[in-house]
Amino acid sequence: MVKPRTLYEKIWDAHVVERRPDGTCLIYIDRHLVHEVTSPQAFEGLRLAGRKVRRPDLTLAVPDHNLPTTPRRDADGKRISIADPESAQQLAALERNAPEFGVRLIGDADLEQGIVHVVGPEQGFTLPGTTLVCGDSHTSSHGALGALAFGIGTSEVEHVLATQTLLLKQSKTMAVVVDGVLAPGVTPKDVALAICGTIGTAGGTGYVMEYCGSVFRDMSIEGRLTVANMSIEAGARSGLFAPDEKTFAYIKGRPMAPKGADFDAAVAWWKTLVTDEGAVFDKTVVIDAADIVPNVTWGTSPEDVVAVTGVVPDPQSFADPSKQAAAQKSLDYMGLTAGQKMADVAIEHVFIGSCTNSRIEDLRAAASLLKGRHIAAGIKHAMVVPGSGLVKQQAESEGLDRIFLDAGFEWREPGCSACLGMNPDKVPAGERCASTSNRNFMGRQGPGSRTHLVSPEMAAAAAITGRLTDVRELLNNEEGVVA
Amino acid sequence: MDKLTTVDGRAYPFGMKNVDTDIVIPAHWLKTISRNGLGKGAFEVLRKEPGNVFDDPDYAGSPILIAGDNFGCGSSREHAAWALGDLGIKVVIAPSFSDIFSGNAFKNGILTVVLPQDAVDRLLEVAQGINGTPDPIHVDLESQTVTTQFQDRFTFEIDPFRKHCLLGGLDEIGLTLDQGDVIDGYEARQAQDRPWIVPAAVA
Repeated sequence: MVKPRTLYEKIWDAHVVERRPDGTCLIYIDRHLVHEVTSPQAFEGLRLAGRKVRRPDLTLAVPDHNLPTTPRRDADGKRISIADPESAQQLAALERNAPEFGVRLIGDADLEQGIVHVVGPEQGFTLPGTTLVCGDSHTSSHGALGALAFGIGTSEVEHVLATQTLLLKQSKTMAVVVDGVLAPGVTPKDVALAICGTIGTAGGTGYVMEYCGSVFRDMSIEGRLTVANMSIEAGARSGLFAPDEKTFAYIKGRPMAPKGADFDAAVAWWKTLVTDEGAVFDKTVVIDAADIVPNVTWGTSPEDVVAVTGVVPDPQSFADPSKQAAAQKSLDYMGLTAGQKMADVAIEHVFIGSCTNSRIEDLRAAASLLKGRHIAAGIKHAMVVPGSGLVKQQAESEGLDRIFLDAGFEWREPGCSACLGMNPDKVPAGERCASTSNRNFMGRQGPGSRTHLVSPEMAAAAAITGRLTDVRELLNNEEGVVA
Repeated sequence: MDKLTTVDGRAYPFGMKNVDTDIVIPAHWLKTISRNGLGKGAFEVLRKEPGNVFDDPDYAGSPILIAGDNFGCGSSREHAAWALGDLGIKVVIAPSFSDIFSGNAFKNGILTVVLPQDAVDRLLEVAQGINGTPDPIHVDLESQTVTTQFQDRFTFEIDPFRKHCLLGGLDEIGLTLDQGDVIDGYEARQAQDRPWIVPAAVA
């Protein structure tokens, strides 16, 4: 009798190159995504040691973090150089390193360019049951397709480039179970925020999560990408969804995905990638779908979550004294006071984008609210940054760009943008942004910036009213009159 | 990588909880293509606050940082470990660390020591100074202990492989490359079992 295994254990076991007596395993890495910020020192390390990339065919390079979201080529097709010399230097390093080491590079102005975590699934590079790494913590996103995917540091990037393996200890397993049906206006982002709010940013440390329950089974692949993306905000390096028919349909026909008989053989194996009956998780967290509402963050940690209908919490209400102090510091930074209604918080900026929420379904959801409406007078800057050139093209073919532009949004080129403010897209100090990104850390969107994490629908709602707004007030309310 | 056996000296009595790597090193410092010189950007936001420990001359060059729960959460940027290393920090002591940060620290010869909160609280007192001036802390990797001149003695756990690499200053990539034939063997098996793993060629 074979011991029942979780999905994570099955993928792990299939990738053990060598198991050591102390339990450390040399794990084979099937997929490696490389971007311009966390790779230059790794390639330099290889060069200094005279080492090669072991499997350039399993490696894909895409610049995303630094790129300006303004046009990258002029009317004659000539590069518009990046104004910031350091950003330009990082892009140039990737453009030099990829061909030198035989790695395929999707260029900054290619239609396929985008945020690595949008590009991987879109190109069929991300596959169920594979191990996938990238020098970026939001690599957890790819778990939506059933890939064991996690972020690594630059030394590990170099290790994978040189050996196609990593030395790892097996993680503990956590089942995150959400059963029921999400209410109208409640999105995958709200589910992700609810998880962060429930278990905290360290709740998943040391664990690989598996998302179980009807809410996740019913969720689209893009919704799953949003949830898996934020696994790391709850401390888990990786979060898995068991691949299903939706996954197979999503992958079929994508450029880098298996074709024909290979695809069929792959699907046959992918179908075995489910947690066995009787397998034991080290921890189980249960959230009732009926308890999840449209959420916003009030503080400077993704665990600082409150219903948009709620109020800013009183720091004294936290049991842990160090959390009380942290909450007070957060409120001072955010310019909020305990007891203030979240729906009264005025905002000046709206950012729709990031590897969390920049896919076509996200843009459709935001556009459906913005159609025929306009951003409020108090909004200084609202922008949409599609996750990839292909998302942008699709949105334009559906006329979504016109809806955003008519509503007063800017329509930009793809990249990480204001999620982390490495490029010129920043929120000014002391100003407030309703953002579909994943982190509300101090200074994340620019020094002194104040971030409220929300879903694309809630970002659109905030843009329309000029304050954090319960999206449900705008649903079925075509006139845009807010109660 | 430099060998790490014992570390002696003053410790930054930091203690803050949930310090993310954006706090350790903000994104605009990530534009470098070098591993060096990032100490200048370490804790940039906190250093704008008057009286912060990182600009306190009493602690300049301290080799130990005492932090709070969940240190190094958030972004995977190894620049956080490089920045600490550039400040001269060789050991970080905290009740817990994010998985990615502790891995990054180790790869750069920085030891992360997990101790219970009450031990960390005691070490914060010592680091601040029992009699007004900061007292030193002694970390011994071989015996896996943290001690003070006041008879405090705390033992910590560490993965045996990490300990071996830190004590010997070993290059992990070189060690793995020595196992090339084991990796070849895995690839041969995978080519049999899952031939579709090689991505379809793109024109």
